[in-house]
Amino acid sequence: MSDLVRNVRSWFVPEEVRGEGSTPDYRFSLANERTFLAWLRTALALIGGGFAVDQFLPDLGRPWRLGLALALLGAGVLCALRAVNHWVRCERAMRRGEDLPVSRFPALLGLVIGAVAVVMVVVVMLGREG
Amino acid sequence: MTGPAGRPGRDPGLQPERTRLAWRRTTLSCTVAAVLAVRTALHHGSVSGYVVGPACCALWAAFLALAQVRIRALASAPAAGPRRLPARHAALAALGTVALAVCAAVLVV
Repeated sequence: MSDLVRNVRSWFVPEEVRGEGSTPDYRFSLANERTFLAWLRTALALIGGGFAVDQFLPDLGRPWRLGLALALLGAGVLCALRAVNHWVRCERAMRRGEDLPVSRFPALLGLVIGAVAVVMVVVVMLGREG
Repeated sequence: MTGPAGRPGRDPGLQPERTRLAWRRTTLSCTVAAVLAVRTALHHGSVSGYVVGPACCALWAAFLALAQVRIRALASAPAAGPRRLPARHAALAALGTVALAVCAAVLVV
């Protein structure tokens, strides 16, 4: 838990990160920045998906529509927060010359998106028949 | 090292350029999300729609400004390479995305 607090603190106190280890090649930092931006785009796409479920599936029952939209929005929030956390951790690891942090998050996100997609297909098909 | 443009120390991997385009792509994603948000707010039509719609526009403008600041920093890079992305900058971009999701939740519920 204290690890998390320390990470969140370093989002806003960048001097702490800069004080550690040595400055890596700027190209590595830029690659890390692009990975961060790619995750942010994923988050924005999930949020856009949440809006789309709400707007473009009007025939769906309200509980289903609300549930799917909130699931997508929640995934988007997690994705954005994780993006910045992972960026800080990678930046710190590069400064210290450590291995880059490993993460379960991509696998989890893949499973969640797969599950949401299956639910959406089933719900839309049933809605069309009924 | 001299690149085709004749600028000394130009990175042959075009890392700053690729990073600039990544910011552009992300701004485009933000625009799509913001357009969907405004559409939802207009359909909503209630008081919360009139509050949240402009809030989403403001978030989009803030993201655009953030991207612009970063792109300018990348373009005016010294020979040693551009300045690293400040952590505060990254945190603001992520928190703006979270705020957009909160606006979405208010509209959807």
